[in-house]
Amino acid sequence: MTEAAIIGAIRRGLKRGALPADQQAMLAGRLAAHPRHLIPARGQRDRAGRVDLFAFHVEREFGTVARLASPAEVPDAIATYLALQNLPAELVVSPHPDLQTIPFADKPLLKIRFGTALPADQACLTQAFAGIAETGTLMLPSGPTRPTSNNLLPDNALVMLRADDILGCYEEAFDRLREAGDMPRNVMLVTGPSRSADIEQTLELGAHGPRRLHVLIIDGQS
Amino acid sequence: MLQTSSTFRQNATGAMANAGLQKALARAKPQFAKKRQAAIDKLPEFEALRDAAAAIKNHAIANLDFYLEAYAAKVEASGGTVHWCSTAEDARQAVLKICRAAGAKTVTKGKSMVTEEIALNDFLEANGVTPVETDLGEYILQLRHEPPSHIIGPAFHLNREDWEQTFRLSHTDLPADRVFRERRDILTEARLKLREKFLAADVGITGANFLIAETGSSVIVTNEGNGDLTQTLPRVHVVVTSIEKVVPTIEDTLSLLRVLARSATGQDMSVYTTFSTGGRRPGDADGPAEYHVVLLDNGRSGMVGTEFQDMLRCIRCAACMNHCPVYGAVGGHAYGATYPGPMGAVLTPMFAGIGEAGQLPNASTFCGKCESVCPVKIPLPKLMRHWREREFERHLTPPVTRYGLKVWAFFAKRPALYRLGTRAAAAALGLLGRKRGAFTNLPLAGGWTGGRDFPTPEGDTFFARYGAQQRAKR
Repeated sequence: MTEAAIIGAIRRGLKRGALPADQQAMLAGRLAAHPRHLIPARGQRDRAGRVDLFAFHVEREFGTVARLASPAEVPDAIATYLALQNLPAELVVSPHPDLQTIPFADKPLLKIRFGTALPADQACLTQAFAGIAETGTLMLPSGPTRPTSNNLLPDNALVMLRADDILGCYEEAFDRLREAGDMPRNVMLVTGPSRSADIEQTLELGAHGPRRLHVLIIDGQS
Repeated sequence: MLQTSSTFRQNATGAMANAGLQKALARAKPQFAKKRQAAIDKLPEFEALRDAAAAIKNHAIANLDFYLEAYAAKVEASGGTVHWCSTAEDARQAVLKICRAAGAKTVTKGKSMVTEEIALNDFLEANGVTPVETDLGEYILQLRHEPPSHIIGPAFHLNREDWEQTFRLSHTDLPADRVFRERRDILTEARLKLREKFLAADVGITGANFLIAETGSSVIVTNEGNGDLTQTLPRVHVVVTSIEKVVPTIEDTLSLLRVLARSATGQDMSVYTTFSTGGRRPGDADGPAEYHVVLLDNGRSGMVGTEFQDMLRCIRCAACMNHCPVYGAVGGHAYGATYPGPMGAVLTPMFAGIGEAGQLPNASTFCGKCESVCPVKIPLPKLMRHWREREFERHLTPPVTRYGLKVWAFFAKRPALYRLGTRAAAAALGLLGRKRGAFTNLPLAGGWTGGRDFPTPEGDTFFARYGAQQRAKR
């Protein structure tokens, strides 16, 4: 059997058989404890500092940021954003509970569809599980209320993120994800809009994923 | 790909005379080094992170049997299937079997060097399955029937006019007189063409940067988002990867990610870093129904416990080739193998044999830059030297070189004679070249004077001057 042959060849190279039980237990313990390594200091700030650093990094990576006090401000912010980009007032929204309570009825001209994005959709609103200040990265796990397609297909990705969910480093975000349950099928860490430098090493935005990434930070103190 | 490592010398000569390639190299090379340095300057912990990264990979390799089995068990537990493959042929057959079972006519592909290593595209095509590369660089290379020349910037050897010409020849359904005003127009056309492919594909194939034993996840890193569309939209996702990619935990992966993008493109983090674990879950809105991992060995297990074990740490960032003076002069195709540059000069002899690829570990000035920029501190010059030793032991070195080395060794072992000889030679050359200041050709030194002048020795030998200096100090 191929598996046994490969494992056998590795063990011959390591000049040993299967690891003794105590060493296996030690490695299993390391997997269960998943210890952290060196964490860069730059993300380790207080709440306000994390929010600022996160926004700074998103903008440096060619994304844009709007800071709002509450979800009630989201419909207006989105309508304005779409108008500024000369886009139709149409939006696909992931069926996440936090997004379903947004008062979109305040903006009757904004056409809303909850569900999974289709190739023709131009703009989509999703809910971020966490933001990571260290590099301005969004954590977007998959699930029934978080279709992966919505992060990828529309050219304009709008993401709602609570300031309370902006953490210092990736490790903190994954710890939260572990607390929430099993590893989701798909976890995307997104840092800025899609890009490619394949043509003459020159950066162009919007390769296959979204050309624009707009993060709506809800910064009401809680 | 067609293996042409045995003709590296001729390939290199051709590459130096290739004006288009030299233009691309001149443009790209300073960029790579500058961007990496800028990213590192912003992270004071970078050196310590390199040490951590090397230690993580060393720990994973020292316990590779344990972590591979733990990883495979987790993949199966999360509803995926692992296909263990000893050889490239095993891996090709495994992929074909999955495609046939899925009734696949077209498969989309994210960028994967392991699929280049096993020449998957040609094989699938010969068996009635059409592969479509979706990474922008890989896409144009597929249209041009060319192999990648760089492991992360596969088409960096092309210039804008090559892109435009290839697209005009290939996308014949579009108006022939369309104008590409800027690079953006080229990108937009590719995006349009590939969207159709993403939506029509039955199977999506990606590689993996890391495999995580803790969760059974595979991780891909892209900037375009093509890998994500490839693994999200089709009904079946196949990960083609190799055994040394396994690391214990998410935390280990995150530490490696901190050095990967910075070393590769000079980004803090690539745009999309995606963890995939099994197929679609009950209630999931989208995602593939099936998740397969084709896990390839292809000689890697044989490197464990040898002097080449350090090479298994490699995370394929391309920093070594980005900083290599030889790669910078000849580009990637001259190496005539899947993996070019210093890391390729170590890997290719393992895949193709030292008899075939012996010129590659010799194509190095041993300046040591590759080792100094490697995020996992692989001693690349030392590993190339091990291949040179093996080549010499197996009498594969050309007779003239062997004879020359013997003559040199004879004198080197007799210091008095060596000093006398060099002193006499320096004096004679000094006398002969006094007027000209340099030699345009010299007997036995044609390899040198063929490309540049040999300066006339001025004054005494190094040994004599050093000796005199030391004596004067006393």
